Amino acid sequence: MSDALVELLQHLVNGLSVGTIYALIALGYTMVYGVLKLINFAHGDVYMVGAYAGFYLADLLTPGGRAAGDGAAGAMLRALVVTAGAMAICGLLGYLIERLAYRPLRGQARITSLITAIGVSFLLEYGFQLQPWGFMPIPFPPGPSPRFFPELVRRADWSLGGVSISNYDVIGLAVALALMLGLQFVVFRTRFGTAMRAVSFDPQVAGLMGIPVNRIISWTFVLGSALAAAAAILNAVPRPQINPLFGLMPGLKAFVAAVLGGIGSVPGAMVGGLVLGLAEEFVAAYTLSSLKDAIAFTVLILVLLFRPEGLFGRVTVEKV
Amino acid sequence: MTAAPLLEVRDLRVRYGAIEALRGVSLEVPAGQVVALIGANGAGKSTTLRAVSRMIPLAAGAVALAGEDVTRLASHQLVARGMAHAPEGRGIFLNLTVRENLELGAYLRTDRDGIAADAAESDALFPILAERRDQVAGTLSGGEQQMLAVARALMSRPRLLLLDEPSLGLAPQVVEKIFSVLRQVNERGVALLLVEQNAHKALQLAHRAYVLETGQIVMSGTGRELLQSPEVRKAYLGE
Ligand SMILES: Nc1ncnc2c1ncn2[C@@H]1O[C@H](COP(=O)(O)OP(=O)(O)O)[C@@H](O)[C@H]1O
Ligand SMILES: [Mg+2]
Repeated sequence: MSDALVELLQHLVNGLSVGTIYALIALGYTMVYGVLKLINFAHGDVYMVGAYAGFYLADLLTPGGRAAGDGAAGAMLRALVVTAGAMAICGLLGYLIERLAYRPLRGQARITSLITAIGVSFLLEYGFQLQPWGFMPIPFPPGPSPRFFPELVRRADWSLGGVSISNYDVIGLAVALALMLGLQFVVFRTRFGTAMRAVSFDPQVAGLMGIPVNRIISWTFVLGSALAAAAAILNAVPRPQINPLFGLMPGLKAFVAAVLGGIGSVPGAMVGGLVLGLAEEFVAAYTLSSLKDAIAFTVLILVLLFRPEGLFGRVTVEKV
Repeated sequence: MTAAPLLEVRDLRVRYGAIEALRGVSLEVPAGQVVALIGANGAGKSTTLRAVSRMIPLAAGAVALAGEDVTRLASHQLVARGMAHAPEGRGIFLNLTVRENLELGAYLRTDRDGIAADAAESDALFPILAERRDQVAGTLSGGEQQMLAVARALMSRPRLLLLDEPSLGLAPQVVEKIFSVLRQVNERGVALLLVEQNAHKALQLAHRAYVLETGQIVMSGTGRELLQSPEVRKAYLGE
């Protein structure tokens, strides 16, 4: 392969690997927006909590790092338990955030919930920067200094015709795609998904169908938050530094991805995430790498100016 | 002792901010009967239905369904107790297919065979909807959407169906169709609480009727009585 082609493919791999992370986080924004018309600004911080949940779980499972004689199968199993555990913890966190912070304000002016979302975000970001409480069995909160996320699975690097690819890329892409396909199935092929789409269109009328609207909203938070946790683990394994503000940038960018795809649209969030990840990678690679973080916000401005409904935005149809 | 009416509404009050839209509405729907609620635009007809099915909160009053106090229940719990509501503006999920809309009508049911039977019956009543099953509901015409709203509400197998202006904005033959379906539905024992602009048709179908004016019931009687009442004829029948 020519060098230029190798380079292109390399950027494609990198872009996809970041893009799937954005996509998984963007799904949480878009689903919550779908059912509540609320931008859950705490979502990036739920993602951060997901990384810490994985960090603590890995530590509990194998104190002090890799257990002696830890085989590949054992490592995989542990990675699975850590990921599923972090997803469960974040699912519960998402449930609690909705139940305690947003639900009491439902029916109030939209701005109230928005400000509350920012409040929850600060609570998580600064709460996690506190020094550990003595009564906790684990050193929680973690405090402000960065931590190293454990290597759940030993890294293996391969070179495919000059394109370097690691097992992290492969696992990350596979898991992210599986989760997205799974979600796509849930949203478009199950009774719960139909109910969720109905709530997103009109919660009052959804209630008239017998749909327990509050329960659907709760589960939407649980699902979105669990996906954010999965994204956090997938991201923290290959890029292992985590800190309490680590959800800020990915959260913002995933929000842009959701807007790009059309906020409220599940396929839109997936496509938006991938497009944004690729755009960042390619622009940084072929122009100035310092432009990387500016891409997302340029995209946001362009979308808002020229196509505010996003790529997959719903075109409202109303008939008399 | 006479059995409790299927629906009993007592002194219902609803506010929208400072506006008191309902100022103590009381009405009854006996099991299996058609009760019409007529009144001018803005009288509070839709608000009454929305309050009964708990789409909006009540400021005061009580609602009982078959003798059970359901004032504190949520919409979805009322559906479980046999109430369906085809709301103002039809409330079709325009982002879902016709099939999905109908499935949601049966959301709380688990009797697959019964659901399939009711779906087949709905296809027989509304062949046009059967043809459009897999179409997104947003592509339906207004008349088709209204048929879907009625068909969907019936999919929950209600004992009581609230209908908010099912004939609004429809061509005359579609109105005929809708009313003939409503008559059949009632003949099968489903009670109807019917809000209509078309007071003439509504009163013809209704066993009983109430006239609502600025949030209060000002008159009630049998459908025939109201059809013959000079005030009603003047105000609502355009005579
Ligand atoms: N969402 C709302 N917010 C404020 N006022 C409302 C709202 N809905 C209805 N109203 C007011 O309440 C009154 C009754 O309305 P409605 O029940 O829709 O009347 P009807 O169905 O008889 O035409 C009207 O004065 C209307 O303007
Ligand atoms: Mg009305």
